Order: sequence, then structure tokens, then C-alpha cells
Amino acid sequence: MTIPNIVGAGLIVIGAGLGIGKIGGSAMEAMARQPEAAGKIQTAMLIAAALIEGIGFAALFAA
Amino acid sequence: MSIKNISKFTLILFVFLSINSFANTNETHEENIESTTIVDEKASLKKEIKETIDHHLMDSYDFAITHGVSFPLPVILIDGGLHIFSSSKLTNHDTHEPTIVESNGNYYKLFHGKIYKTDAAGTINLDEHHHATNEKPFDISITKNVFTIILMSLFLFFLFKGMAKKYKTNSLPKGAGRFLEPIVLFVRDEIAIPNIGEKHYKKYMNYLLTIFFFIWFLNLAGMTPFGIGVTNNIAVTFSLAMLTFLITQFTGKKTYWLHLFDPLGHSMPWVAKIPLYLLLVPIEILGLFVKPFSLMIRLYANMTAGHVVLMSIIGLIFVFKNIIASTAFPVLTLALSALELLVAALQAYIFTMLSALYFGTAAEEHH
Repeated sequence: MTIPNIVGAGLIVIGAGLGIGKIGGSAMEAMARQPEAAGKIQTAMLIAAALIEGIGFAALFAA
Repeated sequence: MSIKNISKFTLILFVFLSINSFANTNETHEENIESTTIVDEKASLKKEIKETIDHHLMDSYDFAITHGVSFPLPVILIDGGLHIFSSSKLTNHDTHEPTIVESNGNYYKLFHGKIYKTDAAGTINLDEHHHATNEKPFDISITKNVFTIILMSLFLFFLFKGMAKKYKTNSLPKGAGRFLEPIVLFVRDEIAIPNIGEKHYKKYMNYLLTIFFFIWFLNLAGMTPFGIGVTNNIAVTFSLAMLTFLITQFTGKKTYWLHLFDPLGHSMPWVAKIPLYLLLVPIEILGLFVKPFSLMIRLYANMTAGHVVLMSIIGLIFVFKNIIASTAFPVLTLALSALELLVAALQAYIFTMLSALYFGTAAEEHH
């Protein structure tokens, strides 16, 4: 592993972490506002997080 | 102990650990003569840990139960005819060095976990990157992963066959069914119906249930000490993603294909669509292939990453070599293993869920 690769991997992790964190935070807020819709929100949250994660992993493999 | 106490405890442990590692580095600076040997030792230790992790993640020709105890599996090669021999012939029993195997006049040898065709003396020709340039036979051996897949398929088949049989006489589940019925219902009510719709979900249920339990049980099998990481293998996840892709395409209705090649529909005149479609249709077609690709990468990368982290933490015990590390890291490993059990189910859920989502777009009808 060379230094640009490591820096790239770090940037990817920062980006993916920010993205998933934002989704998780928003989902928590939404669940607190509407606890009766918690199931649906959780499903949507998991799908969105999985999509970001997929792109993050694809980029990690490229780095 | 409350969560707050546990986190305090781990924090203190980490502080101690870092002090200890600092102390180690200081010592090496002071004693110049010893430092080079210690650095060499650490480098070779890191290399050894890396090799152990790589070996753990790799597929192999024999099934290792524990260290040094393994049973051989059949090696099947197609190379101008069928060559079948036991994998125990590939390595010397005492020295664990690869040996030359003679089969119907051809010679084969193991090199870095792969079988190559050699001459009678067993020479392996290397290029400048230390890769073998020997011819590779077409290999359809029953390797450790293949063996596990067959075993797990049979297990799932008989488990669910037995469960289905019991429902014929009694509508209440018995035995394993008591545990598995809620999960089957979960796949139907939380995954299939919301994503595919009340009308078409039945057609896809058998596939969704199969991949859910197949991925989940294989992920769990990867957590056993046998080192059978079937879902760590990109070929396996590729096949699973390919099945989802093919089912989506072959069950796609008119709306699905219209959405792909005519996403705007009747909303604007066809003259205005042409410049837009030059951009939109290639993106839609690209999206078609990105979906199974991301399914494949997600499962593979998640399971591999989990195993690498676990093995690395175990490896750190041998890097630090002090009493705090050797008590703290096993605890951490246990905690992460518990997390891995959750990830095993979560990845199976996400794979099934996204498959159901793609099937939903395929089965959708114009409304």
C-alpha cells in the first residue's frame, strides 16, 4: 500500500461515514417525531445506508 | 455493570495499552544494539500475521478441522480428460511441502494455493513478479467452500422439508419451526410484501427465502473456528448477485422495460426526448449492471472486512506481548464476534431486501 492509496482510503471512509451518520441521525429524529412510522423509517434507512456502503466499498477496492 | 461503566473500563484499558506500547518504543530507542533485532522480529511477525489472515480467508483443497487436523477432499481437473485424485496427495504429510502428483501421464503441483501443470521434475516457471507462468488445468475440484455449500444446501433442504411436512398434520410449528417460523413470516411480511406488492410477491417468495437462509447460515458458518468463509469468496457472491439479476430481467414486465428505455413516457413530445435520452438511457442501462455489482461487492466486502478485523485484533496480542493486551484483546474479540453475528443476519437481510426491491420494479404494473 502506497501513501496515496492510504490517503484515498481515509477520504473514502470519511465520506461514507459522514453519509451513513447523516442518514442514521435523520432517521433517529424522524422516529422520535413519529414513533408509529419507526418500522418504515428503519427500512428506508437501512436501504440508503446499504447503498452508500456499497459505493464506499467499491471505492475502497479501487483505492 | 452499566454501559457507562463498561465504556470507562475499556477506556482505562486502552490508556494502559498505549502507555505500554510507548514504553516499548522507548526501550528500543535506548538500546541500539537490540533495536535492529526487535524491528526485524516485529516486521517478520507482522508478515506472519498477514499471511495467517490471508490463509484464513483463502479457499483450500482440504478441510481443516483444527490446526494440523484435516480431511482430504477430491481434486477434479479437466485437462485433456478427467483427472480425479485425493487432495492428500498434493502435500507431503510430514513436511507440509507441496508434492508432485502424477495422474494419467500428467504432473500437477500446488503453488500458492493453486494447482499448476508441471513436468515430471515439478519445475514451476516464475515471471519477474513471482507469478507462475505454468499452464493451469480447468479446475472443478470439490474445495472447502464447495464442500461447505453442498453440506449447507443439504442441511437447509432437509430442515425446511421436515418443517413443511409437519405443517400438513398440524398448523402449529414444532421443534426448529418454532424458531424459524417468525423469520419466514418476517421475510414475507417485512421484505416481500412491502417491496413487491400484495399481488405478485408469491412468485418470488421461494427465491427470497432461499437466499435469505442460505446467506445467513453461510455467514454463521464463517464464524465457526473451521475457517470456512464461503461468503468471503467473491465468486460465490457473484453467483448470488447474478441470480438476482437474471430473475429481475426475466420476470420484467412491460412497465419495467418502458421505464428503462422510455423513462419520461408521455410527458413530452418525442422530439424533445431525443437529446435527453442520449444521456438518460445509457445511465439507466449502467444502473442495471451497477445493482448486481453492488450486491456482490457489499456482501463480499462486509464479510471479509469483519474477518480481517477479528484476525488482526487477535494478531495484536502477539505484537504487544503483555498481560494487558492478552486480557483486553480476547474480550474485544468476543464483543466484535457478537457484532459479527449481528452483521451476518443484517447482510442476509439487506441482500434479500434489495433483491426484493429490484423484483418489485420488475413486477410493477402500469398505474
